[in-house]
Amino acid sequence: MDNNHHHQEESFWRKYIFSVDHKIIGLQYGVTSLLFLLFGFCLMMVMRWQLAYPEEAVPIVGKLLGDGGILLPEIYNSLGAMHGTIMIFLGIVPLAVGAFGNYFVPLQIGAPDMAFPKLNMASYWSYFIGGVIMIASFFSPEGAARSGWTSYPPLADIETGQTMWLIGMVFLITSSLLGSINIITTVVQLRAPGLTWMRLPFFVWSQFITAFLLVMAFPPLEAAAVLQLMDRVVGTSFFLPSGLVVSGEVLNVSGGGSPLLWQHLFWFLAHPEVYVLILPGMGIVAEVLANNSRKPLWGYKSLVYSITFLGFMSFIVWAHHMFITGMGSTMSSFFQTTTMIISIPSIIILSAFFITLWGGSIRFNTPMLFALAFLPMFGIGGLTGLPLGFAAADIHLHDTYYVIAHFHYVVAPGTIFAMFAGIYYWYPKMTGRKMSDLLGKLHFWPSLIFMNGVFMPMFIQGLAGVSRRLWDGGLQYAHASGTLQWNEFMSISAWLLGLAQIPFIINIFYSMKNGEKVDRNPWGSTTLEWVAPSPPLPHVNFDSIPEVHRDPYEYSIPGRKRDFTPQTEPKKG
Amino acid sequence: MAEILHYLGLPINMSVDGPAIDEVIVLTHWLMLVLFVGWGAFFIISLVKFRSSKNANADYDGVKSHISSVLEVVIAVIEIVLLVGFAMPIWASRISDVPEANSGAFHARIIAQQFAWNFHYPGDDGIFGQTSPNLVDEMENPIGLNRSSEGAADDIVTLNQLHIPVNTRIRLDLTSKDVIHSFSLPELRVKQDAIPGMKIPVHFEATMTSEEFLAEMVGTSREGKGLEIACAQLCGLGHYRMRGFLTVHDDEGYQAWLEEEKLYLEENSDDDDWGDDDW
Repeated sequence: MDNNHHHQEESFWRKYIFSVDHKIIGLQYGVTSLLFLLFGFCLMMVMRWQLAYPEEAVPIVGKLLGDGGILLPEIYNSLGAMHGTIMIFLGIVPLAVGAFGNYFVPLQIGAPDMAFPKLNMASYWSYFIGGVIMIASFFSPEGAARSGWTSYPPLADIETGQTMWLIGMVFLITSSLLGSINIITTVVQLRAPGLTWMRLPFFVWSQFITAFLLVMAFPPLEAAAVLQLMDRVVGTSFFLPSGLVVSGEVLNVSGGGSPLLWQHLFWFLAHPEVYVLILPGMGIVAEVLANNSRKPLWGYKSLVYSITFLGFMSFIVWAHHMFITGMGSTMSSFFQTTTMIISIPSIIILSAFFITLWGGSIRFNTPMLFALAFLPMFGIGGLTGLPLGFAAADIHLHDTYYVIAHFHYVVAPGTIFAMFAGIYYWYPKMTGRKMSDLLGKLHFWPSLIFMNGVFMPMFIQGLAGVSRRLWDGGLQYAHASGTLQWNEFMSISAWLLGLAQIPFIINIFYSMKNGEKVDRNPWGSTTLEWVAPSPPLPHVNFDSIPEVHRDPYEYSIPGRKRDFTPQTEPKKG
Repeated sequence: MAEILHYLGLPINMSVDGPAIDEVIVLTHWLMLVLFVGWGAFFIISLVKFRSSKNANADYDGVKSHISSVLEVVIAVIEIVLLVGFAMPIWASRISDVPEANSGAFHARIIAQQFAWNFHYPGDDGIFGQTSPNLVDEMENPIGLNRSSEGAADDIVTLNQLHIPVNTRIRLDLTSKDVIHSFSLPELRVKQDAIPGMKIPVHFEATMTSEEFLAEMVGTSREGKGLEIACAQLCGLGHYRMRGFLTVHDDEGYQAWLEEEKLYLEENSDDDDWGDDDW
């Protein structure tokens, strides 16, 4: 083991901080993004106080806010914009792609590392710098961005705090571009012998498609962010039309720009981004479902075709976010049609997951509980996208809490539950120990209940027509009056949801030392990562490069003693 | 389903175009409900029937029939029907049936700003006077109307108060002075962004006067609260309080309001002359 000997000489800094090992980088991404998820969630818990008890002093963190502890509209808008930004760009994408993708794609394809280890390190540190800039913006004289995570100009061009947001975004986008190129190259080049495309675990497919979405959709937003930065810093007018009058003063800019140009550039990224948020989650759920129902994933090939088709289609649906911007019938017909087409592969994928359960021998461990809960929760999120996709129905529902509920069902009890499933499922691979099942269930059940407590009433408010992003939650408006009693209920659910994460945090630390010690393959799994030691060897992962002979989910082959047959097992045996 | 959605919060509809929009919402929710209940039933039966304690050995093949493909085709067909039969025609009428200016339909302009709605009525001559950013004075002339331009003398400008006649096609041309706002009338199923540098028309027809609406609301949580205009797009600190008021009059009431405004306009222009008098 020459290789091992060589790596034992690495200094602490090289080994843990400026590491080029995909597993260490994956863990760095994982820890950082989980902290950001927690932080972004805390911002929301503060906002929910203002929505439940408008203009009452915020407890605990009220002192930080000044003004007698009341959350002022400008701070509320900042928290809203930063909640979205942090959850999406600093939380879920880095967790789903940076952490899970980095750690498990090379392992699942039997590779010793990513194709470009140094690029991988650069990707993490670019992400880290972007995160530091975003956090620092809270303490800058202008404060954090307050124009929504969508940053529509002209508001974003003239509102304070936006400059640091844009600079931070440039770093975050760069990080994603570096990471996604790496994943694409790794999957294409470094698959173990015998691992053909149709033998790839579905998780690898999901990461592969996600990486393509990132690498093709992010450049337009990076360009757009630079253009908006120019508007703010050097006085260009890419997004500013002529004749603007702000607070009674004619705005001294050259004009001639278009506010809608930003929306097109932004949503050209941000719609594929929605699939960036959900596809890795689907990949994890597929692994956990097959493993714990002890049977092959149903319709593997149609799943692969569906997810590929979904990836292509996600590039031509973006303007369904813009039906209300004065769109004509031709444009709206096109985008409504593509939106309905894209719903079909999603329905196929979800149906295949449900059908996988039929005939299984289902184990209800913690990862499986989260993966199972993902299915109906993502189902609600996906289905409620339908009325928003029909432009006519969107007239009433656009920019209301219905939209908030819809995409949170996709991302929060959807993607985040899938991420939890992944953490519980792969923790033994990363540490050599299982997480506590009891603490896991204490985490799961309250999370499931309170997630619904937070988001279900938002559909009711949305149907009533209550606009999103209102500082007082709609207190001013008569049409909101019948639904405002839900605000307190949702806020209390949110705080209890926060408490429900405590068992999870304890579990992560407790199980490192006290979790049940396990061998290489504690779940009886078939895919390649379970052939490697737990944790896998530094830099090389496997004792020797594995050879693949089988499909990814060969569970319960009739006539065999063991109910799983690893991909490495030769067919004759 | 319509009753369920109304019970859940969907506001009363008082627009000629509203029922079509509600129909799409209702039909889509039926589709969602059927799918969710179908999936949910299959899900729960699977979990109970195939739990490991009951079913120790999994079936390698699982479901062999391809009935799910048939169901997926059915869903696709339903979506096509909703799309082609409902969503597209409604949108087309919303876009292409905009009444021409001077066609006798009610026509006014909306100029949104942080955080108020300015309404510009053309007056008896039906001609909107010219506006210019340079003439904007937040107190005296919020839309920068040039009173000496053609047809401007009788123009009426109101702040946060939109008055329209009932049972008349209403055309409103939306724009904004500063940032993007969104003009929302939940009870009339109207929502349209107001974007600076663009003029976007929106049209609708109210079927109830404000008085009739208030009578309908007696006994609900909205009792005594009139019709409002909401801003649906984040437009800055005051987004939450960018509220306007809508009054739907019967014809006589609308004429009476117009007369009142004319009188007010004359008094005001007298004020202007007053300064010039050599007195």
